[in-house]
Amino acid sequence: MIDGILALYIFMLAAFTGYEVISRVPVILHTPLMSGSNFVHGIVLVGAMVALFRAESTLGQVIGTLGVFLAAGNAVGGYVVTERMLEMFKSSGNKAKSGGHH
Amino acid sequence: MDATTVTQTAPEAVNYFRYLLDISYLIAAALFILGLKRMSSPVTARSGVVWAGWGMVLATLVTFLAPQSLGLQHAQLGTNLLLIIAAAGTGGALAWVSGKRVAMTDMPQMIALYNGMGGGAAAAIAAVELYSGEATSHGPAVAVLAVVGAFIGAVSFSGSLIAFGKLQGLIKKSFRFTGQQIINLLVLAGILVLGAGLVAGQLAGTPVVTAFFVLALVLGVTMTLPIGGADMPVVISLYNALTGLAVAFEGFVLDNAAMIIAGTVVGSAGTLLTQLMARAMNRSLGNVLFAGFGESSSAAAGTAVTGTQKSIEASDAGVAMAFAQKVIIVPGYGMAVAQAQHKVWEMSQLLIDRGVNVKFAIHPVAGRMPGHMNVLLAEAGVPYDIIADLDEINAEFETADVALIIGANDVVNPVARNDKSSPIYGMPILNADKAKNVIVIKRGQGQGFSGIENALFYLDNARMLYGDGQKAAAALIAAIKSVS
Repeated sequence: MIDGILALYIFMLAAFTGYEVISRVPVILHTPLMSGSNFVHGIVLVGAMVALFRAESTLGQVIGTLGVFLAAGNAVGGYVVTERMLEMFKSSGNKAKSGGHH
Repeated sequence: MDATTVTQTAPEAVNYFRYLLDISYLIAAALFILGLKRMSSPVTARSGVVWAGWGMVLATLVTFLAPQSLGLQHAQLGTNLLLIIAAAGTGGALAWVSGKRVAMTDMPQMIALYNGMGGGAAAAIAAVELYSGEATSHGPAVAVLAVVGAFIGAVSFSGSLIAFGKLQGLIKKSFRFTGQQIINLLVLAGILVLGAGLVAGQLAGTPVVTAFFVLALVLGVTMTLPIGGADMPVVISLYNALTGLAVAFEGFVLDNAAMIIAGTVVGSAGTLLTQLMARAMNRSLGNVLFAGFGESSSAAAGTAVTGTQKSIEASDAGVAMAFAQKVIIVPGYGMAVAQAQHKVWEMSQLLIDRGVNVKFAIHPVAGRMPGHMNVLLAEAGVPYDIIADLDEINAEFETADVALIIGANDVVNPVARNDKSSPIYGMPILNADKAKNVIVIKRGQGQGFSGIENALFYLDNARMLYGDGQKAAAALIAAIKSVS
């Protein structure tokens, strides 16, 4: 086990990190960033995998399978929509090489 | 837990799998943080999500070694491996297809759906550990985190699904009735009692755990149902933060550093983002969660607006813009509904080619959530450096020859500035009325989303261009071309 107090340190430092990383984000990126952070908590997939690996009862296997299914949806869906949104953000400078609509 | 049994039987066999897992999780956590950092600037944003994506791939792949690294030994391992591959494959494939297909206008509800799935997964982890008794056999700290994470995850799951249903138009009513808060409190009390009983070991067994989860899921539904569509982005953002927290808590239970770090980072970043969004929409979180808005809109209509709306033909409006020095375009969600953003950008390019200084002014609630309009404009090809937000652009309207309003209404209504009796008084607005000429593309003479008459339409410098957004933009393009 990660030691109790050590876990609290990790928790505290990660909380400050999250706050600092986002604190100066412009409004134009609010939607993609929310989607991006939504993708990052898709890491729940590894937990769901571990929980299902450990399950020995049928009930545990059923719920664990559901968990992996949901978590994979979170991770993959979160990535796809975030990437789609951010891929479209272009400045006037790099407009020329990307073509654009006409 | 499992590690101790291994060390007891096998004397100090070094578990290289465990090292590999830990190091990989560390690298993944670092990639998530760096990725999020890069996502907070438009220049590096795209690479940011790719970095975080590689972190996810790495963490997922090494987790297939979990049985070896955690020393798991039981008869179901082979079956479970197959279940994992099948579940991750179908869940991932469905999400991939839906994510690729979803229209940019529907993005907010899609984020809600994926977020709900994450919350549900965190709750499922907790359920597996609670049903097996594993979560409550490692001391009170682990038990508390497991139960709280289960609660938050379940609320986030059912609440996000309701948010999805509302924005998708599947749930149209708001379901408000007196005593609603009391019922929510009773459900919450029930959850607290069962949760405390599970932690203290007074209550145990399948029925108790099941009842706990049912109540938590019910609370997510009853909390979210009364919230109006306009406030939904704030709620989705809040559930996003809550899912992060639930993931972190279950990370403690599973002794998984990657989940703790990534979940906590999202929890705190999501909380800040929720506050920023609420502020941008001139709402407080408490207001959003516990009070209605726009439900009794006819009660307070503000001072009656007098005067007449003066119309303009597309040809005249086009010429006015073609010979302007500076044009500021104010798009609203109506533009996206009419799918007019491509035409508007085509028109803007014609103006830019003529030497006109064109800018887009975005109100925080122009789309369905803060930043949504930027995504819709980016999809049409508008570069982000000619898009300005409210604080940047408001002083510039006085120097603009033309302010072109398309599909926006309440966010340019000057009564928010000067009529204290108006329900939208105090909401920050774009000062489009200060431009020398204001051209408003509008379907008809109706009122805005909030049902409030727009004083801007009656000003002396304002002209109405009636019609569908896309057709009007096409007519403006023709008019500009005619003078070129």
